[in-house]
Amino acid sequence: MELLIFAGLALVAGVSGLLVVVQRHAVYSALFLILTMGALAGIYILLDAHFVWVIQVIVYAGAIMVLFLFVIMLLDIRSEQAPWAAPDRGRILVAVLLSVVLLLELGIAVARRFVLAPAGGPAVARNFGTTQTVGRLLFTDFLFPFEITSIILLVAMIGAMVLAKKRLT
Amino acid sequence: MLETLVIMLVKIGVVFGALLLTVAYMTWVERKVIADIQVRLGPTRVGPYGLLQPIADGLKLMFKEDLIPSQVDRVIFLLAPSLSIIPAFIAFAVIPFGDTTTLFGLLSRPVPLHITDIDVGVLFVFGVASLGVYGIVLAGWSSNNKYSLLGGLRSSAQLISYELSMGLSVVGVLLLVGSLSLVDIVKAQAGVSWWFGLLPVPNWFLFSQPVGFCIYFCCALAETNRAPFDLPEAETELVAGFHTEYSSMKFAMFFMAEYANMITVAALATTMFLGGWLGPVAPSPVWFLGKVFFLLFLFIWFRATLPRFRYDQLMGFGWKRLLPLALLNTAVTAIAAVRG
Repeated sequence: MELLIFAGLALVAGVSGLLVVVQRHAVYSALFLILTMGALAGIYILLDAHFVWVIQVIVYAGAIMVLFLFVIMLLDIRSEQAPWAAPDRGRILVAVLLSVVLLLELGIAVARRFVLAPAGGPAVARNFGTTQTVGRLLFTDFLFPFEITSIILLVAMIGAMVLAKKRLT
Repeated sequence: MLETLVIMLVKIGVVFGALLLTVAYMTWVERKVIADIQVRLGPTRVGPYGLLQPIADGLKLMFKEDLIPSQVDRVIFLLAPSLSIIPAFIAFAVIPFGDTTTLFGLLSRPVPLHITDIDVGVLFVFGVASLGVYGIVLAGWSSNNKYSLLGGLRSSAQLISYELSMGLSVVGVLLLVGSLSLVDIVKAQAGVSWWFGLLPVPNWFLFSQPVGFCIYFCCALAETNRAPFDLPEAETELVAGFHTEYSSMKFAMFFMAEYANMITVAALATTMFLGGWLGPVAPSPVWFLGKVFFLLFLFIWFRATLPRFRYDQLMGFGWKRLLPLALLNTAVTAIAAVRG
């Protein structure tokens, strides 16, 4: 049963992920990206990671993708004018390079799981995905990375504001 | 096993039916209350006190011609009303509308009156509610109409802005309870405390988190596109905004979604700030419904009283007033919670 649900979700995620790239229309691409995020959220539920699941829905599906759509609609991008409609040589080269790196990473991850340690990963506690556990980990073991991430995000935000404002008063 | 399944299905059916009925009759309540405030009569013709008006309206909308303008993006145009109404109903899955019941001894063991209780209940409601904006944005975009597009864009900007303050406004409550489960939050509000040894006051978070409640209520108005924050559909400037091109039942679905969202945010406010189903004497669902309807009445009262914000006022109010206030409230509550 669990495998069946996983297969369904993985199929949805994979196919809609592919459609994000293949679609000519930016709005449709964004919609398929939302579907991909939704399928990933479903997989998080299967993993008992409730907090991560709900944050995935709120942050990615609910906020970031709304902003994506907002920008696409504000700029009114039509497929013919899109810069990626006729890709040049250099861009294809970069895309191929990045894909190879991604595939290598995926290969390593799969190999680790099934070849090097076929017995399965480390055992997880029953309540590892609850808000309490995630929160405690964030504020103890991962406090430093957590704070660094916040600072980086803040810097990025200020940078965007400085770039967007033509004249600082 | 079978009994559990049957009970679950019955609960889902009852909640869904009650929600649909309330949505229909909210239109009647809204017209009657606004009519009273404006010294008019409101609907009086269909049935006693116009009580059959929502049914007549529903039938009328179903039999109206369903127009699809020629230059629209068909798939998304047809999808948008459903995208708008589904999240509005799903959010109700975690809202507890009563204590446990045995239905006057009919059932062998007490059944809790909520569809499900998950450990991320509050976040679930916020997450699902944040998906509702897609229906509006996509409706505005796919209609191929400048007014609709403006309505959709306004709505997405407004919802993102006010979601932040809304989320922060309830953090105070979560800090005091220490749980995200809505059932735990209601249970934490049981009991009465005596103010100055004289005045009995229930332990609702309305009294310990008054600032949080006010921020939540403002954001709830904005999130449901209600006046004075109804800029996405401002009739006078945008010709009804995102749903200008919609007709028949698809148009009605947007309205059903708006009313269902209103009921959801009111139910969440009841659960988080007004003690949910808690109350003396009367059965718990009665208390819950009473509080929800009081908040819905406030929604209508606000609409009849306040003029619409200007767009820059709306953004300024959200980002420069509500957000810092919500942050301050969170900080003060956190300090108070740590110090005991």
